[in-house]
Amino acid sequence: MEYWQKELETMPRPALEKLQTERLRETVARASAAPFYAEVFAREGITPESITSLRDLQKLPFTTKEDLRESYPYGMAAIPLEKCVRLHSSSGTTGNPTVVLHSQRDLDAWADQVARCMYMVGIRDTDVFQNTSGYGMFTGGLGFQYGAEKLGALTVPAAAGNSKRQIKFIMDFGTTSLHIIPSYAARLTEAMQEEGIDPVRDTKLRVICMGAEPHSEEQRRRIEKMLGVKAYNCFGMSEMNGPGVAFECTEQNGLHIWEDYVIAEIVDPETLEPMPEGEVGELVLTTLNREAMPLVRYRTRDLTCFLPGECACGRTHRRIARLRGRSDDMIIIKGVNIFPVQIEKILMQFGELGGNYLITLDTVNGSDELTVEVELNDLFTDDYSELQRLTKDIIHSLKNELLITPRLKLVARGSLPVSEGKAVRVKDFRKLI
Amino acid sequence: MTIDQISIFLENRYGKLNQVLGLLADAGIGIIAANVADTSEFGIMRMIVSDPARAYAILRENNVSAHVAGVLAVEVAPHPDSFRRTVEQFTAAGLSIEYMYCFSICSRAILIARINDVEGVREVVVRGNMKYLSTGDLNELHNKQAR
Repeated sequence: MEYWQKELETMPRPALEKLQTERLRETVARASAAPFYAEVFAREGITPESITSLRDLQKLPFTTKEDLRESYPYGMAAIPLEKCVRLHSSSGTTGNPTVVLHSQRDLDAWADQVARCMYMVGIRDTDVFQNTSGYGMFTGGLGFQYGAEKLGALTVPAAAGNSKRQIKFIMDFGTTSLHIIPSYAARLTEAMQEEGIDPVRDTKLRVICMGAEPHSEEQRRRIEKMLGVKAYNCFGMSEMNGPGVAFECTEQNGLHIWEDYVIAEIVDPETLEPMPEGEVGELVLTTLNREAMPLVRYRTRDLTCFLPGECACGRTHRRIARLRGRSDDMIIIKGVNIFPVQIEKILMQFGELGGNYLITLDTVNGSDELTVEVELNDLFTDDYSELQRLTKDIIHSLKNELLITPRLKLVARGSLPVSEGKAVRVKDFRKLI
Repeated sequence: MTIDQISIFLENRYGKLNQVLGLLADAGIGIIAANVADTSEFGIMRMIVSDPARAYAILRENNVSAHVAGVLAVEVAPHPDSFRRTVEQFTAAGLSIEYMYCFSICSRAILIARINDVEGVREVVVRGNMKYLSTGDLNELHNKQAR
């Protein structure tokens, strides 16, 4: 078994927990310099000395996405801005955007973290790695770029879309590994077949890293077969740098969460009490190795559980199950995060529409589809070209807001189920687990 | 000169049409003519009914998306060329027909047409001496046929 950083990856649990405790104390000390935590810690009487064991983590308050929004843009900065070298920001479509700051040391540590993940799934400096993730603010771009370079792979920043160009790169450069979202893996395979290319026979592809979009085991196996590769599930989020937070090893049985980088907790999203091992709850993460913007007990809203037992790969870092959904109403589709309220906001701009709507998520030909059904307020016309124009206008506005194109169905007034109290607006029929 | 036509928005869903027709039948409202335009997602049913005002009220009460539009009902002579000659007069006057449908009642052929320019329609109908019908006229024919 080969490791990128053997000592850290296979560190015995007691030593790992000791390292975590030390780093947690450092994290509290660093975080105290950020305006947000300075105030919170002062109020709660928390100092670095409050941390003597990992159990003391329970004394610390939670941090939410709302906190990040309210401290936009620099309220979470724990070091002076001149020491920060990069900023990533979310789109902020549901309120203030959020910002994540990085020092050079943070970026180096992140690159090491991603390199560790890639090495774990068998990618080496002899590989040609093509990143089909969007660059810019989307952390899957630069995150994998620097990780792959650190690893020494020949890295192709192909960025998202343009299948013809992706295929040309794969063929011409002899690409052996990809970072790709599952729905695009299916599309790319189709595009290759249309060009008469058999991905298994005609390409050198052998390993792909798949993330940013929930997918089932069945879907993974299908993609592996179609492309003739091994596909590994990766997990990350911009608040925790981006990709590399947790990653599958070659056992393909759960994602190792790097416990020298974060402390992971699984809590009941209602009571915030820790869940027993093996039970699904909300993942809560504390950064241990970040200086520009430490986060303490950040509520990710992602639902998962710890997998019990040791992993045959020899790594001692615990594994989490593939994600089971969200404890808020965020939808992840085609790698894009969407809140139903964004859809609602657009629909409400059309006077022809009523207030009742339903969002349906489906898997169609291996790809995620988003369908919005909305009630007509009244029949304002008997000319169906006008209804079709309305449909087009709504789709256009939704696409501008969401960045993906939904299907839209106008339905008659009163035909959507109205649930008691909080209406169920989202039905997810995607095939998961 | 025009009569009120009721349009209903119908999603393509099992039992939907039956439910709407039931509402009108229970209220004793007769459907004199009907026409359905559909796409894969939804359809619009246009109807000439015996009592458009009451039909609209009942549909609205029952949460059915409905719309009232003025359409022209003219009788077309039982002659091979008469349909063309009717349409030709509108075309000659520069009017576009949004949609139309035909039906026959008591051996008479009736053309229903939706043309946006109400004034233009009036001129053509008067100048061409067309036989246009009111809801009352159609009800009379409908009742006669029922007997």
